[in-house]
Formats: sequence, structure tokens, C-alpha cells
Amino acid sequence: MTYLSKTLILCAGLALAACTNPDRFEDQNSAGLDGVGAGLAGSAQDPTSPAYFQQAIGDRVLFAVDQSTLSNAAQVTLDGQANWLMTNSDYIATIEGHADEQGTREYNLALGARRANSVQEYLVSRGVAPNRLKVVSYGKERPIEICSEESCYAKNRRSVTVLTAGLGS
Amino acid sequence: MIRYMMSLLAALMLWALPAIAQDSGPLRIEITEGVIEPMPYAAPDFVGESAEAAEMGRNLARVVASDLTGTGLFREIPAQAHISRITSFESPVQYADWRAVKAQALITGAVSVDGSGRLVVKFRIYDVFAGQELGNGLQFVGTRDGWRRIAHKVADQVYSRITGEGGYFDSRVVYVAESGPKDQRAKRLAIMDYDGANVQYLTDSSSLVLAPRFSPSGDRVLYTSYETGFPRIYVLDVASVGRRVLPTIDGTMSFAPRFAPDGRTVVYSLTQGGNTDLYRMDVSSGASTRLTNAPSIETAPSYSPDGRQIVFESDRSGTPQLYIMSAGGGDAQRISFGQGRYGTPVWSPRGDLIAFTKQSKGRFHIGVMRTDGSEERLLTASFLDEGPTWAPNGRVIMFTRETQGAQGQARLYSVDISGRNLKQVQTSGGASDPSWGPLQN
Repeated sequence: MTYLSKTLILCAGLALAACTNPDRFEDQNSAGLDGVGAGLAGSAQDPTSPAYFQQAIGDRVLFAVDQSTLSNAAQVTLDGQANWLMTNSDYIATIEGHADEQGTREYNLALGARRANSVQEYLVSRGVAPNRLKVVSYGKERPIEICSEESCYAKNRRSVTVLTAGLGS
Repeated sequence: MIRYMMSLLAALMLWALPAIAQDSGPLRIEITEGVIEPMPYAAPDFVGESAEAAEMGRNLARVVASDLTGTGLFREIPAQAHISRITSFESPVQYADWRAVKAQALITGAVSVDGSGRLVVKFRIYDVFAGQELGNGLQFVGTRDGWRRIAHKVADQVYSRITGEGGYFDSRVVYVAESGPKDQRAKRLAIMDYDGANVQYLTDSSSLVLAPRFSPSGDRVLYTSYETGFPRIYVLDVASVGRRVLPTIDGTMSFAPRFAPDGRTVVYSLTQGGNTDLYRMDVSSGASTRLTNAPSIETAPSYSPDGRQIVFESDRSGTPQLYIMSAGGGDAQRISFGQGRYGTPVWSPRGDLIAFTKQSKGRFHIGVMRTDGSEERLLTASFLDEGPTWAPNGRVIMFTRETQGAQGQARLYSVDISGRNLKQVQTSGGASDPSWGPLQN
């Protein structure tokens, strides 16, 4: 799970808004370095915090080219996500499906939806109530890695579970 | 935006001698026969009756020349080489002077401003070697702001008289204007003339927008927006820039909308439970009908010009391929059988060809094939080409080309269906997902 390391380092320094969804619109190279310890998402040491969900459990799983099946590693991560969600019932989650840039725009939207749906089905099979999970696909529109090589593509073919404080909180 | 609402009065004026049949004359480009040598022509400044009109005359001639030369079918003889000067629209043309500079076609024009402040543009086309006019002179009347449209209309006349094909210069393109780096890309809808002039933004970049498509008459645009946080289909009125979301089922995503030729029906993709199928919606009632029912991905639909069939992309065979089905749904015939993955099929306005994106051996191509899948021809190759759209005359294709790497950027390109004349369309920044509208009235 080396792919988590960069996210982990960055997220330690990002504010809540960014950290609950690290894919969106931060400067991946520099923004994380300033606000170290801001910790609005809670401490990664606090098992009830979104920061813990994101960093210790892992908020994302990766997929092989063109695939939406879950690897063993992905299932381990999702088992952790399911447990966390069942323990922390104040949160709801949006599962974002993504694709790499090697494909047409609309096909990739549909492919990202397949990936997000695989994650949703898995979490539901592990006991998470379906009405706490939404799915959305961004296709190839929101890469986190921008090189045009497999090392970047591998990280972009992902599903990210983004937490939102639900009605109960 | 007055210029977009301008109604052009096209008045036919018969000045010339009794019409001489020119259709089979020597001044002719047969596009289908693989033109190698562009036809040399001259387009001197249109004659103006005042200083303002003279400047306008210069600008008009430049846009006409840009349109014609831009096709790759014509080559302009520059003004420095001209022997004759056109100082009066009505004076006889000195054919020998134009023959001497090897111009085969000569376009002359005159500009004036009428009593209500409207621009009046007359033009004539001459077959220099035959020593006679090609067809009759024409006059266009429009607003001053709409001068580029008048120039495009003149160029469309020249193009269609010499090639026998419909023109495409007086048309617009709706597309997605892009800015920002690859991982923070902002997108907004924009509309422009086919040549990149007169850009107008239709949405701001606060929500991700994708893949706009013109209605058959060009009055509305369908597109996908993440305004609600989830992809939904919107229809936007071009004149008022008002938009509304089309109804959908809760907990689903809808995208890839395209109008049917009737302008009232929309075919689109709806994703439910991770599975994407095609649906058809009546725009006014919002009622949807399911067209496909398969566990595979069905997307990127496009109607045939007669509205009877839909070509679309599906991975039911294991990889994305192209299929054709009846507009009412039902069984589909696969039409793509080459090596690689096929997507984004778009039926040509003539009905004879389907343009597509092909991915093969790590490269992307724009190609065309007959509607039965035969005679596949790849027109382009690059790191990432996708999303073809047809010029109104079915002779030119515009598409998105994205460059490789961290600094990668999307731009619009156009190419003839012969594969010649590949060139970038001028846009002020990044641009993707073009949809080429109809010829304007």
C-alpha cells in the first residue's frame, strides 16, 4: 500500500475541507507543507476521526486496467472502511469512481461508475446500510497524478470513499 | 448579443448576363477525387464606398480567403502579386492580368452601408481561364457586428459553387473551454464561430461540464454538468443562455445526451447500480424509455440523420465496440471488427459514414467507416485524439487532441475525411469536446 504514503503525508497537513477529499483542487506539491497540525479532520490517532479513516484505514482502493473487480488488498481496505462506518454511524459516504486518461470521456464515466459500484456493493455486503452510501463517477476528469505513465495511471484508477457528517451529527 | 440574433437577409441580385451554365465548367474541384494541388485564386480587398466601408472590405476579403485557404483545397495568390487592382465592382475584369498571375478563380466584392446602418455586401466569382462569371453575383445584408458571418456566407458560396458540396463556414461550434493544470482543471461551456472567432462563454467554471451537443437547428445545447454533485443532463437555450436540468431517477447518473433529428427527443446514458444503459427521453414531457438492457456499458449514442437508427458504443463483447440498433431499441448489430477499441461513434450528416475514436497499440485515432463497418479509414494518430464531430457538409471532422504528460493540454483540431489538412482550431486556451452546429440561416 505504498500508494497511501503520499496521501498520508499530504493529508497530515491539510485542513478538513481538503482532507476529506484530497482529490480535489489542492496543489499536491506544496499546499500540504504549511498547515501541519491543523488537524481539523481530527487526529489520525483518534480512531473515530475522518483523518483516521483516511490515513490509517485508507480511503481509496485501486483497480487494474479496465477492471472493476476488487483485489485482495482492496478488500482488506474496504473491510476496514465497513467496520469504521458501522462504528461511526454519524457519517455518510460518497464513493467516487475514477479512471485513468487512457479511454474516451464517456466510456470512462461509465467505467468509474462500475468501480464505485463495486465498492458500494462490497461495503453493503459487509453490513453498511445502503442509504448511507452514494456513488458518483468522475471518469478521467479528476486525476491525482498527472504524468502519462503507468505509475500515475495506476493511482488514478481508483475509488475514493469521501466522508460527510450525516444527519445524526 | 445582437450579432447572434442577426437575421441575414440574403437577396439574390441578377446583375450579370443571362445565366451561363457553369456546373460542368472547368472551374471545379472534385473533393472525392483526392485533390493534390489546391486551386489558385485571388480575393482582392472588397471595394468600399467610404473609408469605413473600405476597411470593412479589406477585413471581409481576409475572412473569405482564410475560409477558403483553410480548407486546403484553395491557394491564395497574394495581393503583392496582383497586376490588376479592383477599384470598381462594376468595371470589366481584366482576365489577362489574372491569368498572368495564375489565378484560376477571382472573387470581387463591394461593401456599402445602407440608410438603416446595415452592411450591404455584393460579390462575384469569376472563372478566370474561361473569362466569365461563375454563377450570378449575390448580395448579403446584415448588421455591422455580423460582418464575419457575411464573409463566411460569401466563402460558403464560393466553396459550394466550385466544389459542388454544401458549405460549412457560416456555422458555430459549442465546446468545453479548459483552464488550469491537469489535476485542477476548470471547465466551462463556450460557443464560437467555426474558425474560433466570437467566443462566448455559456456557463462559469464552478461545476464540471462535459460533452455538449447542439440541437439540429443550433438553438439549444445538451450537456452534462456536475452542478448537483452528480452528473445530470442539462438543456441550454443558446440565445438566452437559460438552462434547465432534465428529469432523472434519484440515485442515478445521466450523461452522454444527444438530440434526435426531430429536436424533441434525446438519447442518453443512465447509470444505475453501476450499470450504464441507453434511454430515450421526450424533452418536453421528460418521459424516458429504456432502449438497452444489458449488464455491459452502453454509451456515446448518435442518431442516423433520418432518426431511424442509433449507433453507440458497448463493451458487451469484452472491449468497447460500435453497434447499430433501431431508434426504438432492440437487437443491435456490431459494426466494428478491427484491432483495438472503438468509441464515440458519430453519424455523418450525409448518412453515409460513421466517425469514431479508435484506441490501438497505445495510440488514439479518429477514423471513419461506412455504416456497415466496411472501408475503415484512420485519419489521425496521436497520444490522445477523441470525440469527432462533423461539419454540416460531412466533409470535415473536428475533434479533441490532448498532449501527453504532466503539462498535457487539450486543443481542438480539424481534418478532412480524406485525412488531409489536419490543423489546430484557434482557441484562447485549452478546449475539448467540440460539437459542430448546422449552417446558420
